[in-house]
Amino acid sequence: MDPLKKIENELKKCVKCGACRAHCPVFSVVGREPASARGKVALARAALSGGIGIDARTRSEMSKCLLCGRCVEKCANDVPTDLIVLAARRSAAREKGLTLFQKTVALFLKNPDLTAKGARLTSVLRPLLFRRVPSSSGLRLRFPLPFPGGRRRLPPIASKPFLDRYPEIIAGEAGRPRILYFAGCMTNFVYPEIGEAALAILKSLGCTVIMPGDQRCCGFPALSGGDMATFRSLAEANLSALERHQADYVMTACASCGGAFHRMYPRLLGEGSPELAERFRAMADKVVDAAELLEILGFTAGITKEGESERVTYHDPCHLRNRSVTRQPRRLLQAAPGVEFVEMDGADSCCGLGGTFTIHHYGASMAINARKTNTIRKAGVDVVATGCPGCMLHLADGLQREAVRVMHTLQVLARTLKHNTFFD
Amino acid sequence: MLKKSFIKKLRDIVGASNLSEERQDLLCYSYDATQMEFIPDVVIYPADSREISAVLRLANADGVPVFPRGAGSGFSGGSLPRGGGIVLVTTRMDRILRIDTDNLIAVVEPGVVTGDLQDAVEKLGLFYPPDPASLRFSTMGGNVAECAGGPRAVKYGVTRDYVLGLEVVLPTGDIITTGGETVKGVVGYDLTRLMCGCEGTLGIITSITVRLIPLPESRKTMLAIFDSIDGAAAAVAAVIRGRIVPATLEFMDHAALKCVEREFSLGIPEAARAVLIIELDGERELLEKQAARIREVIRPLGLLEFRAAADDAEAEELWKARRLISPALRKVNPDKINEDIVVPRSRVPDIIRRIDEIRTKYGIPIINFGHAGDGNIHVNIMIDRSVPGESEKAEGAVREIFRETLALGGTMSGEHGVGLSKAPYLSMELTPAQIRAMKAIKKALDPNNILNPGKIFPDEG
Repeated sequence: MDPLKKIENELKKCVKCGACRAHCPVFSVVGREPASARGKVALARAALSGGIGIDARTRSEMSKCLLCGRCVEKCANDVPTDLIVLAARRSAAREKGLTLFQKTVALFLKNPDLTAKGARLTSVLRPLLFRRVPSSSGLRLRFPLPFPGGRRRLPPIASKPFLDRYPEIIAGEAGRPRILYFAGCMTNFVYPEIGEAALAILKSLGCTVIMPGDQRCCGFPALSGGDMATFRSLAEANLSALERHQADYVMTACASCGGAFHRMYPRLLGEGSPELAERFRAMADKVVDAAELLEILGFTAGITKEGESERVTYHDPCHLRNRSVTRQPRRLLQAAPGVEFVEMDGADSCCGLGGTFTIHHYGASMAINARKTNTIRKAGVDVVATGCPGCMLHLADGLQREAVRVMHTLQVLARTLKHNTFFD
Repeated sequence: MLKKSFIKKLRDIVGASNLSEERQDLLCYSYDATQMEFIPDVVIYPADSREISAVLRLANADGVPVFPRGAGSGFSGGSLPRGGGIVLVTTRMDRILRIDTDNLIAVVEPGVVTGDLQDAVEKLGLFYPPDPASLRFSTMGGNVAECAGGPRAVKYGVTRDYVLGLEVVLPTGDIITTGGETVKGVVGYDLTRLMCGCEGTLGIITSITVRLIPLPESRKTMLAIFDSIDGAAAAVAAVIRGRIVPATLEFMDHAALKCVEREFSLGIPEAARAVLIIELDGERELLEKQAARIREVIRPLGLLEFRAAADDAEAEELWKARRLISPALRKVNPDKINEDIVVPRSRVPDIIRRIDEIRTKYGIPIINFGHAGDGNIHVNIMIDRSVPGESEKAEGAVREIFRETLALGGTMSGEHGVGLSKAPYLSMELTPAQIRAMKAIKKALDPNNILNPGKIFPDEG
């Protein structure tokens, strides 16, 4: 069945009030109705009724979505425009087939060995990663890209993927929580330092950490491109990988991976199998973001606040904001020694990355990003912390000329351990 | 279908990237918030009044209809291209040109979003009060053309009370200015007022000069629950008789309360028949005194509960019931017919009672809330259009509601305008002589009827 047909009732919910025009980051830089959520819903309706074809123009409009979910949060009628856009992309893929780019993505996502071993991975995954790493991150190698848009630089790929560095289970203290850590591709291949910070913190809390070796990509890049088959197979692989272990919590430190587990798996998968649907729901209930988990575990309880040597602000990743994980990371940062926490204007506005969005619409992506860069600059901070490696990549790109470091919240918190001298 | 040669001339005026005939664009400019849809022939995004003038000259010469459009968030079909033609989108013209803190005015282009103007002037300690519910996305051009109102109208008036001057392109292509930057000015007819609320039928607004006032220092929000609609209405009268004019005085009737309570369980008492949300603004010390006085004067009027917010977070909590109406309404029935009648504020209980009778007679849910302070009531008729006969029932109910409204000395529309949706009822409110006078003005300014045709006045014949 046409994926749009399946969500016909959701399409009908839009009463065309236009309120989404105030909230869509893409509309704010494009300025034309088809880019707004209301416009996309109207186009999706027309595509379903045959009023328009799924031609190049329709596909292009549907690609102009960050999947940030802002319009969904603000909609008085609960129109799930993110799911509608994804359905339209799947519909396009059914009709026209996957793009070469999307096929390449699928090849790598489905073959973790290929990805992990690939010394040549960099060149192939470039379109996915496409950003240089800030000099501040310590990853100083820069790779100019071989395709137009010469400013784009790639971060180097981790010399050894994060998950290959550790055994599957790192035993903690008896009676302490067992945490299953879903690392995600960005941490595994690009920012292993996030994973290192996560481990150090969980270790300090005495937790047992489980990192299944067979965990896969969350599938968001495939879903985003309309590749339902790859998304489904990755999600099901993750489900089995995670279900093999007894854990109190499943932790993610990537907002988008968390978003996939929380919203996309239960909403899009398990169709026709109540048993599978229930398993996805049960897993979603177990998944927590790192910031949520550290609050639950009382990470900052024993920490003494001392010295405020650095000004730190926080950027809300969309996929944490729309799960209401907004206060937890701020409270953690506020409690961290050496941190003077500063709230910036528009902290909860999207950074402009949006996965495939930035690949298809680099100009608009950077125009959205420029606003973010401006507010960060105005905040006059040393560090901008956030909870999503995707945001980190994009923030760093915008901050190339600024003396502001981009860090994961966990990295800022891991320094706490050193401050309190029980770090080993 | 427009001729290729015409499109080419249009393209020469606005530039290729600012004109589209692609189906996707036509579709996205075919609707507003009314659920009606009319596909135009072409969409253009002009940059300034010079381009708009050239477009109107061309359209006037060839007799091609032009439909000005801002955010497309109207509730009356005012911007819809019925019959096809050119949709002229003003949102590229979105600059705040000037904020003059000496003369307390701001000059903006029509595509500026109203809320953005408010943010900009409030940073300077100034205030642009009109606050339609759509202020975060509707444009100043649309607000002026429809003469938008809002909750603050009870104290501060509506859009027209703030517009000092305009630049307007007439349907023949002439560019004129009306009014100016001075508060006083009586030379010639008041074309500024004529253009305010003209629904885009007399000219395309290309620049707007508005009056600003000092930003009130603080706000105080209260919620009062009554055991009868008469008690709530008496409370409104008592507050105003006590020489306190709140910035907003919103009410919800028993049907609205029941609907919200059913969906969201906010703990509204069973006996509640009406709720007032009262918001004062001004100097902080004064507000506390006024709040105490309000409580005093409304206490004997069947007051079940009274809450006053201590801070913004508590104020937001008090607004919650009001904000939850829209999502709650959706659960009642999928389709909403949203009218915005006005009666003299002392007649609010009368119209609510008559609407109750109409609800019973037609057997369809009708839920009322709105601006008790100025008698402007949002009447929401909730139907399911897929059920045969429901649309006709709603149509009958609307006609009766209008009749009762007019009988009480009211008007069919306080804020939304006539557009397409109220045009069939126009003669219920206006006499033939009034309509003739209005049409004479239209004819004088737009002899070929090319600018937003088919709006306000019902089709002839």
